[in-house]
Amino acid sequence: MENAWLIPAFPFTGFLINGLFGDRLKRIFSGCIACTAMALSFTYALALFIRPLLADVPLEAFERDYFTWIEAGTLKVAFGLLIDPLSLLMVLVVTGVGFLIHVYSIGYMHDDPGFSRYFAYLNLFAAAMLLLVLANNFLLLFVGWEGVGLCSYLLIGFWYEKQSATDAGKKAFIVNRIGDFGFLLAIFLIFWTFGSLDFQVVMAAAPDLFPAGAPTLTAITLLLFLGAIGKSAQLPLYVWLPDAMEGPTPVSALIHAATMVTAGVYMVARCSVLYALAPFALGLVAAVGCATAVYAATIGLVQNDIKRVLAYSTVSQLGYMFLGCGVGAFVAGIFHLMTHAFFKALLFLGSGSVIHALHGEQDLRRMGGLRARLPLTYWTFMAGTLALCGIVPFAGFFSKDEILWEAFAGGHPLLYGLALFGALLTAFYMFRLVFLTFHGTPRAGAETLAKVHESPRTMTIPLMALAVLALVGGWVQVPLVAAGKRLGAFLAPVFEKAEHLLAAGRPLQHAGAWQEGLLMGLSLAAAIAGIAFAYRLYLARPQLPNRIAERFGACYRLLLNKYYVDEFYQSALVEPLRRLAEGLWRGIDVRVIDGAVNGCAQLAIALSGRLRRLQTGYVHHYAWTVVAGACGFFIYILSR
Amino acid sequence: MMNALNLPILSLITYLPLVGIVAICLINNSRQDLIRWVAFGTSVVTFLVSLPLYFMFDCGTWEMQFVEDVPWISQFAVRYHMGIDGISLLLVLLTTFLSALAILSTWTAVTERVKGYMASLLFLETGMIGVFCALDFVLFYVFWEVMLIPMYFIIGIWGGPRRIYAAVKFFIYTMSGSVLMLVAILVLYFMNFEATGTYTFDILDYYNLGLPGNIQMWLFLAFFVAFAIKVPMFPFHTWLPDAHVEAPTAGSVILAGVLLKMGIYGFLRFCLPIFPQATIDFMPIVLALSVVGIIYGAMVSIAQDDIKKLVAYSSVSHLGYCMLGMFALNVDGLKGSLIQMINHGLSTGALFMIVGMLYERRHTRLISEYGGIMKVMPMFAALFLLVALSSMGVPGLNGFVGELLILIGAFKASLAFGMVATIGLILGAIYLLWMYRRVMYGQITKAENQNLKDMTGREYAYLLPIVLFIVWIGVYPKPFLKTMDASVDHLLETVNPRTSARMDGAKPTWLNDVVARVDFQQLAKGQGR
Repeated sequence: MENAWLIPAFPFTGFLINGLFGDRLKRIFSGCIACTAMALSFTYALALFIRPLLADVPLEAFERDYFTWIEAGTLKVAFGLLIDPLSLLMVLVVTGVGFLIHVYSIGYMHDDPGFSRYFAYLNLFAAAMLLLVLANNFLLLFVGWEGVGLCSYLLIGFWYEKQSATDAGKKAFIVNRIGDFGFLLAIFLIFWTFGSLDFQVVMAAAPDLFPAGAPTLTAITLLLFLGAIGKSAQLPLYVWLPDAMEGPTPVSALIHAATMVTAGVYMVARCSVLYALAPFALGLVAAVGCATAVYAATIGLVQNDIKRVLAYSTVSQLGYMFLGCGVGAFVAGIFHLMTHAFFKALLFLGSGSVIHALHGEQDLRRMGGLRARLPLTYWTFMAGTLALCGIVPFAGFFSKDEILWEAFAGGHPLLYGLALFGALLTAFYMFRLVFLTFHGTPRAGAETLAKVHESPRTMTIPLMALAVLALVGGWVQVPLVAAGKRLGAFLAPVFEKAEHLLAAGRPLQHAGAWQEGLLMGLSLAAAIAGIAFAYRLYLARPQLPNRIAERFGACYRLLLNKYYVDEFYQSALVEPLRRLAEGLWRGIDVRVIDGAVNGCAQLAIALSGRLRRLQTGYVHHYAWTVVAGACGFFIYILSR
Repeated sequence: MMNALNLPILSLITYLPLVGIVAICLINNSRQDLIRWVAFGTSVVTFLVSLPLYFMFDCGTWEMQFVEDVPWISQFAVRYHMGIDGISLLLVLLTTFLSALAILSTWTAVTERVKGYMASLLFLETGMIGVFCALDFVLFYVFWEVMLIPMYFIIGIWGGPRRIYAAVKFFIYTMSGSVLMLVAILVLYFMNFEATGTYTFDILDYYNLGLPGNIQMWLFLAFFVAFAIKVPMFPFHTWLPDAHVEAPTAGSVILAGVLLKMGIYGFLRFCLPIFPQATIDFMPIVLALSVVGIIYGAMVSIAQDDIKKLVAYSSVSHLGYCMLGMFALNVDGLKGSLIQMINHGLSTGALFMIVGMLYERRHTRLISEYGGIMKVMPMFAALFLLVALSSMGVPGLNGFVGELLILIGAFKASLAFGMVATIGLILGAIYLLWMYRRVMYGQITKAENQNLKDMTGREYAYLLPIVLFIVWIGVYPKPFLKTMDASVDHLLETVNPRTSARMDGAKPTWLNDVVARVDFQQLAKGQGR
């Protein structure tokens, strides 16, 4: 573990090679370098994970400060890494899923002119993300946090000649900066309160220094959550994520589904002790997560762009993760983070495969009937869909159900009910997507259809690998079975303290196994109801959706236009800001401030113009003045 | 402190550019390239000679180093007293570094009266180094005013269409501030005589003067106006956009990189140690003006349609950070302010160079004339982005280190100001990324942009050294921060030992007071159960 710095260093080296010499490298080398870097990091992390497993001992946390980064006054921040079960799990997800997506990208981007630039950005992203999850202090985490935001900006706007893409990139960066504003304030507050930014120091000191509900901790956790809201696209700062779909599809899979957007969840989980001591903030996390989960799902119901549906689904699923953390079930939140990384990456890559086959077509209304033509894509996509809908025994079932159960058991029936309703919506929009894409009659042009072909091996192999993960990924945490909760046991050392603190403030739960089984059946029923509903609307009676849309026109348009939130932000925030800037410049700066400066100059000129008249140039004027002055002087002398 | 080199190295660095001027004057007007090479060579030699300052600098002491002290005008007790400490060291190095690169940056842009242009730049360098080294009021004032003359000519002769207006405005505005300072210096001179019975202009002698409060206030105000104009602080900033827009590239680089640091340096060297009481009394006002400057400068930047003006207004915002950090009057803020001066010199200097590169190719600074430039100039695009990111304070690059320390310092001094100043980070991203998007991304819409050449070897030569430091300070700022430790600590002790102790050790009791008004526990109970 001494060389933990290697984990982010491999992809960073890949970034340097591709960034500096990419243009001169052959394409295949560019791709191979990037993939090798990811593979090396993954192997290293896997070795760290397996070694204690083989020896049958728990993973020992490792922490090391490599060098002092900033030192001034009382502030001392080190470049220090921390490997504990939580960060190791995150590293495995990032490097594992990341590696598969790198491989997929070789096929997907094969004829793009910016091939090496793409892989340079992708490696840089991986390095920043790994730094984010491995950092042992808040400030270094923030470095990775901003770093992934930067890469997200670069990759969303990767096709820089496309106006919408670069606008989306800029929007993502700026909206994230609003969240970062909160994060930075939280960092200042933490530093001031605890005199340190080190996770271990802060988490150890917090319970001794503050009682539960202390205002300071509430302020810190709320500000941190503002950062998480920005990065993880929750209400009300989610608006950048759907637009981020302008980037290449593997980027959507890696950054805007599997890894970067989950950084907020990771951060909340990392600060579990602080949140456990701030019940109000924790409640807010749950409420915002739950609201976002349902809200985004409703928008997903009617979108016609295959990637946008998945994007809203991501926003919604991130909401579930926050719901999990918010009800105190941090393990469930992280569990869902992991399974979601598998199946959502799979779904995005699958949609990429469809888009690739249709030569860039993303509109569901011009798809359909692709099942026979893209069999591998279809079956793997189906695996991902079932996982997302929470069908036994796919991964999503276990993780989502654990969140629902914890919400119910934690005494939040309202949140549970909403989340259950969200699960129904999820199943509906996902199967709507599947039916419109793969089933029914083909609606693409004959010319396009003729050229449709299954994607190359570099793309299908990652799909299959992820499909396997989407199936088995949930089996590490099986409910109702003795010794089934292996993930929980693995993560236990990280969340022990928070759970202890939470348990102290909460009455004992009496919910039993039969309740858990019943609720499981209920959520399964909700998913199946959603699927059945989608089947009826989009396969059995395909003309029905249009009729419904006409019947409930206002409602439909509201959803289709995403509740007009973007328009609202544009007219309530962006435009006023722009006009204010314009007004400050032309009104205040040029007129008032500079006007005053130039006014002084004008005044000086005017006054000197008057004074100049004293200099008439006539000798007798001067002579009289001299005489008068002399007289005055003598009178003054004599009268003294 | 003795001189570690047994050699008047500060004078050597200060007057080396003058030797270059003499050499240039001997060259025939028609041999332009030779003139350029001599000027560049001189500035490079000056930079190399200044490097030992860093390596021989003793970081463990706050006392002046490399001191030269001889009588100059004996009947007024004026001395030729030079020396540097942890506050001025990096500024001297920044000056010699940027001067060499600035000369390189206008190699081909200026083709008329090259001799005068290069001589002006070298003369300016002498003036700037002199200001940072002078420890005698008269000597300081001489260098301070000497700087104005070459800058006046650089803007007025080699500038843009409104150059005369801009040059005159720059000269008279800053001059009028300096005159107040001169009066204050004379008052100090006589007051010191009354108190101690000796005449002296030695700046260090005034540190122990202990003036009464009301006199401190008036003298502080006189210095304040002089320095606030030079910084420039809101609302004394309107000469800056005009001067920047009209100045040639090298002029802008030096103006932003070094000249704007003079005001802040002045505060550190004079206002804080000589008028500690007034400094503390004025602290809230200066903090408020700084924060207003941060937000206001950034907001006005958003509205600009001229790239150079945008960068000029962004300087108002960035220098607001420097002032904020300094007047937070604690170690974090002060160090942040010092390092941010260097950062701003590098980042904004580089931004002006980048604007110059675009201008040399297209002869326009309007954002709307560009678009899609990344397609034809990919390397330029990459470096431009890096510099823009450094300017908006992305971690891993230099700007973040400075802004972080400043904001931590500000936060300790005042919660409200710290929070509002942090908003500046959001605005910084808005104006820079929006500008970058409009200039570099999108389709090429103007036919003239179709065949632009990517960066030349000479352009790499003056941009890459800056980029090196941008990354270095961002990743490993220790070699830079450590030089200022002792001086900053000592300065804070001089200002007010009680104040600095209070501000560094404070626990956030305010928070419990403020937040207690909102009953979170009550809210938590009402939620979700």
